[in-house]
Amino acid sequence: MARTTTTGRRTGGFPYLLVLPAVLLFAAFVVAPGGYALLLSFQRRKVNGGLLGGGTHTVFAGLANYRDVLGDSDLWSGVLRMLALGAVTVPATVLFALLFAVLLDLERTRLKRFTRLTIFLPYAVPGVIASLMWGFLYLPATSPIGGDQVDFFGQVAVYFSVGNVAVWGAVGFNMIVIYTALRALPAELFESARLDGASERQIVLRIKVPMVMPAVVMCTLFTVLAALQVFNEPNTLKPLSNAVSSTWVPLMKIYDDAFGNSDIYSAAATSVVLTAAALTVSFVTARIVQSRVQQEAA
Amino acid sequence: MSVLPRGRRGAVAAALLAAGLLTATAACGGGSSDDKAGGPATAKSKGKVTLTFWDWDPNIDKVVAKWNSSHPDIQVKLSNPAGGDQLVAKMITAHEAKNGPDIAKVEYQSLPALVSKGVVADITDYTKDTVTKYDDATLKSTVFQGKVYGVPQDIAPLMFFYRTDLFTKYGLSVPKTWDEFAAEAKTVRSKAPSSYLTNFDAADPGWFTGLAQQAGANWWSTSGDTWKVDIADAPTKKVAGYWQGLVDDGSIAKNPSFSPQWNKQMNDGTLLSWISGAWAPAQLGGIAPATKGKWAVAPLPAWTAGDLTTGIWGGSATTVTTDSQHPEQAAEFASWLNTDDAAVTEQVKQINVYPAATAGRSLPVLQAAPAFFPNQPDFYAEVKKVAPAARSFPMWGPDVTVTFTGYTDGFGKALQSGGSFTGALDGIQSATVADMKKLGFTVG
Repeated sequence: MARTTTTGRRTGGFPYLLVLPAVLLFAAFVVAPGGYALLLSFQRRKVNGGLLGGGTHTVFAGLANYRDVLGDSDLWSGVLRMLALGAVTVPATVLFALLFAVLLDLERTRLKRFTRLTIFLPYAVPGVIASLMWGFLYLPATSPIGGDQVDFFGQVAVYFSVGNVAVWGAVGFNMIVIYTALRALPAELFESARLDGASERQIVLRIKVPMVMPAVVMCTLFTVLAALQVFNEPNTLKPLSNAVSSTWVPLMKIYDDAFGNSDIYSAAATSVVLTAAALTVSFVTARIVQSRVQQEAA
Repeated sequence: MSVLPRGRRGAVAAALLAAGLLTATAACGGGSSDDKAGGPATAKSKGKVTLTFWDWDPNIDKVVAKWNSSHPDIQVKLSNPAGGDQLVAKMITAHEAKNGPDIAKVEYQSLPALVSKGVVADITDYTKDTVTKYDDATLKSTVFQGKVYGVPQDIAPLMFFYRTDLFTKYGLSVPKTWDEFAAEAKTVRSKAPSSYLTNFDAADPGWFTGLAQQAGANWWSTSGDTWKVDIADAPTKKVAGYWQGLVDDGSIAKNPSFSPQWNKQMNDGTLLSWISGAWAPAQLGGIAPATKGKWAVAPLPAWTAGDLTTGIWGGSATTVTTDSQHPEQAAEFASWLNTDDAAVTEQVKQINVYPAATAGRSLPVLQAAPAFFPNQPDFYAEVKKVAPAARSFPMWGPDVTVTFTGYTDGFGKALQSGGSFTGALDGIQSATVADMKKLGFTVG
């Protein structure tokens, strides 16, 4: 810290110049729209009067939008579904990523490069396309994987079907992150462990996994954030069955309010609530997990 | 064609919104970046003007080209930013940014909403002649409280489309009443256990509203400046109960229409019929290309034998927006497009519309069968027979999107988890009324 400050003093405004583009972009595309959304969330549209309204005007609504949003059972059901989905996707993504990374790191493993690329490849497929593709695999009439025997859009199954698409797309990226962390570990460690008589399994469980914990934590955080923002998969699968409603997860509700019902004000209020909740959750998770990792490291 | 397949609509929307949803929601006030090339910043009324026109009909460009070649001073520039409900959302956004198009295609059910938001302009003064070319029943969809808000393009009575080959194969006759329809649905299940007479579509509300209209439902009606909302009325409950029975005893399929699953079922003969608008022939070519020449149309089954009354599904008007600097020229184009014999003939040929204009319904082009129905040369004669008996609601509500979302979610949920259709109707009713009150409409 101290060193940075002295460097700053010596070079004048140069560091500020360097961060300027990032700050400008952040201001233009995050702060400004965020502020605008906050402003919208306190407004509401009213018709001017008469049978057809004769045009509309916006009025200051105070906290009315927030009251409506927080009292909306659709939103809370959506939050519950989002949590259920997250309970599927977060552990599955992180555990599979860790498993694949560890397997790829073993010396015995063959065809490493090819396998790594194959597992990573789904990450490069846009979420909408992946969902459409999986949709075809799930639908009874087009399914080559037994969709006519199993109802992939059943009341419980739908969470796994939607979650599967998300996991399929996300495992590759997380695997690369963890794999890179594994490769960065010094080889002498494993050598001495082997000399001390540790089996490969013990090396993995006692040395490798604990040492890449920071990378795993980061992946968990990314996955949690992705779970909070889930939209593409259910929204794309929606027209394929009766299982997914237009307010199935919170972001779909926001989308439907804003673009389906042209109620940008409710959508803004929901966005603000959701953003606040997401920030809280991620800060708290990060704090808890980080302190635990530090304790374990110490 | 008036209704964009829902599946495709959803996929497009999802694709467009895939990337930056969070910022998109926050920033959508300024979200319309659609460049309006050659917009109305030119001369006031005289001289050459260029009008922008939003329409999603395939091949409409050929009709527009006809106009452009004969009207050098009023050039129309066509673009297709989206279809159906998506276009409504775009029109509202563009209007907020004050750069909407001059002319736009709007489905009847969305028109009151667009008028109430001040997006669509009153063109009464420019359409004095045009309105005389329509019958009153048709005009009810675009004329509210004596003011004209659009020039009707097509009407789409709900009809019964069936596979002639499969009906012969299983010894079925075209059902004249809903009782016969229910009996035949059971016959199909016993004769061909993997096939269904049809499917219940919880995804497209326009389909169900058409059925409710046939039974006599009046979801919205008005007196003075007051709205009456009655979505769970007796006729609608009768229709919902009837279909609930068919779904519960497994007589019909319950997967949504316009999905890859449904396309395959339509193509391979798993589904034997489709209750659809008169625009179906143009759609079927894309949905079930292998079935060309195997379909025929008949009147919708009736609640009492011999009654031709039917509902509508879709149908559109050409509207002028309040952003247009040249409403007079825009209205002139809208009138030409939908009442000029040459223009309407071209529309029938290119888009398979069933014309809304009275004279349009007697055009020689309607003697020919639609391309996908070469086996039924009297196709348009069948449509013409039921068209006068097609009824809509007295008026579509000003927040119909809320109602339609309520239908998709409510009926979808009932099908998914075995809830009741009439319960779903009550939910739609209360959601619709709550939204109208929130917007400030008077609901009686």
